[in-house]
Amino acid sequence: MDRILADRGVRIIVCCGSGGVGKTTTAAAIALRAAERHGRRTVVLTIDPARRLAQSLGLTELDNTPRQVKGIDAEESGGELHAMMLDMKRTFDEVVLAHTDPARATEIFANPFYQAMSSTFSGTQEYMAMEKLGQLHARGEWDLIVVDTPPSRSALDFLDAPARLSRFLDGRMLRLLLAPARAGGRSMFSLVTASLGMFSRVVQKVLGAQLLTDLGGFVAALDSMFGGFRQRAEQTYRILQARETAFLLVAAPEPDAVREAAYFAKRLGEERMPLAGLVLNRVHRTTVEGLSAEQSLAAADELDRAGGNEATADALRIHAALAEQAVREQRVAAVFTDAHPSVPTVEVAAQPADVHDVDGLRTVGDALSRP
Amino acid sequence: MRANEQVPGQVNPAWPARLHVVTGKGGTGKTTVAAALALALAAGGHRTLLAEVEGRQGIAELFGLGPLPYEERKVAGTADGGEVRALAVDPELALLEYLDMFYRLGAAGRALRKFGAIDFATTIAPGLRDVLLTGKVKEATTRTAERRRVYHAVVLDAPPTGRIGRFLNVTAETARLAKVGPIKTQSENVAAFLRSPMTSVHVVTLLEEMPVQETVDAIADLDGLGIPVGKVIVNGTRPPLLADAKVNQAELRRGLAAAGLPTDRATVAGLYDEAKAHLTRRELEESLRVELAELDRPIVELPTLTSGVDRAGLDTLAADLLGTH
Repeated sequence: MDRILADRGVRIIVCCGSGGVGKTTTAAAIALRAAERHGRRTVVLTIDPARRLAQSLGLTELDNTPRQVKGIDAEESGGELHAMMLDMKRTFDEVVLAHTDPARATEIFANPFYQAMSSTFSGTQEYMAMEKLGQLHARGEWDLIVVDTPPSRSALDFLDAPARLSRFLDGRMLRLLLAPARAGGRSMFSLVTASLGMFSRVVQKVLGAQLLTDLGGFVAALDSMFGGFRQRAEQTYRILQARETAFLLVAAPEPDAVREAAYFAKRLGEERMPLAGLVLNRVHRTTVEGLSAEQSLAAADELDRAGGNEATADALRIHAALAEQAVREQRVAAVFTDAHPSVPTVEVAAQPADVHDVDGLRTVGDALSRP
Repeated sequence: MRANEQVPGQVNPAWPARLHVVTGKGGTGKTTVAAALALALAAGGHRTLLAEVEGRQGIAELFGLGPLPYEERKVAGTADGGEVRALAVDPELALLEYLDMFYRLGAAGRALRKFGAIDFATTIAPGLRDVLLTGKVKEATTRTAERRRVYHAVVLDAPPTGRIGRFLNVTAETARLAKVGPIKTQSENVAAFLRSPMTSVHVVTLLEEMPVQETVDAIADLDGLGIPVGKVIVNGTRPPLLADAKVNQAELRRGLAAAGLPTDRATVAGLYDEAKAHLTRRELEESLRVELAELDRPIVELPTLTSGVDRAGLDTLAADLLGTH
């Protein structure tokens, strides 16, 4: 990890993986280390941090702009740490404002479709995370941007959703729906055109005419922005493919998370996006290698029968459970390492308590950098 | 529900609803718990349905099957003749099925699908997608054949805690977009069903900070929406070892010697550190248990499955859910 952070050529680190594997904590720990140990002017973009972690980073209000994190130990290195939490709706509003005049923007903001989409569209969070990354990158104020990705059900959503959203906003389908008679064009089969006409009628019957009116308003208002969205999404996508970007996969040693990480690694390869390594979080290890789980359990039972050494019997059972878990986790992790032997892997030991302060992040940072 | 309907087998008093919605933060094992609950409620020769709505194919994965189609098929049986069927609800197919009920679409419907129009319709209005998904689940739950319930109970492996309120609050989303028409009626019916005693939402959590926080938030959210919350299911618990919370190295050394195990410094110190880490973890778990208890909901604790999630493991969890160990 230190090698990546010391490389000034790396200006963006994207932490991805499925939900609940410690992505946010990992991103924050990396950003802190970059600032404290490597003197980098760092900003971390978090999506949905745990409340206490957010507080410890000074993220008490959601104002969608980076704030400097105070109380870190970067005097010697000269680094800085800034942190922000993504406000999806506000980021979307900013994009709209950047692409159209205020009158149009007001119209768009009032449209129920915009309201539904800017807060609930399944890809909006991913798209806005990328948009924010693009913005931070364009400002050029930081020499390292660390990005946490949304807690999608699948890590791949981060890569796919922006394309899906921009395709949608590009409006071809919207236009087809609203003007079925014209939109079919000559190249289209009549069945499709006929179906669309009918579809539009069905939609009108099922959802009501009001919906189509709102939709029409939405399309008309967004008209000036078509293309802009796609262009931005494509720009950000290119940044992700550039050499200055490093992807870090984050996983916990559980079957689902590891499988997800393996898919993602394969996909990054296909997209020619640079995968820097795998962080295996919350790994359990035992330091008492010589004592097997079976041996410990047998001894614990024996002690119980003899009586008088309850604490030792329990300590042995704790050890046995840990040893069994370690073996299980190794087996699970091998699914990834067998499929991607060339990807460097770093393990972070499970912390007895949850991480929610700067000291805790430092400990995680140390663990990430252990050779 | 009609008054003249015959009910084959009373509901289990511990699990009184007909539709059990299982949610939880990602990674808490809600799919596993949902499957175990479907098995538990099938005990006694009943038929239950285990449904998923997010296209994850988590059920197929769990039972070691290929991807499930949009069709109810048996995935497991119980010793006393009960069976669990599974269904992966697909929003596109649910929309086509729904439209077919009102309008005869035939080949045109298929063309629409091919052209992505259905995908488009469910994309532009996420609330529409949710009303179709929950509508399908409601239909299965209330379905009867020869005046008997087809399913004794339906268990839904639902979206995670972060999205559950929005997912179940279907009327708010669609009302904003569709002010009249069958979709509005449909969403009102579904909303009434989800707020009735027929439905119960169970929240799965681990004894970890984030899942517990999300559990608390989700229950407040659901309470506010008037959607009935059932149980809090604490997954992945461990036996309460070192209950008197004390251990020291001298004692360990004596114990190891008594058991005929090595008593070298590294072994003693290693075991001591592991025991201490366990106690730290347990202290945190206890404080989280207190936080969960303050929610004042029935709590069911499920053990960590040390041998992995297989059929035997699911049966263990099912027995724990029923309290029949």
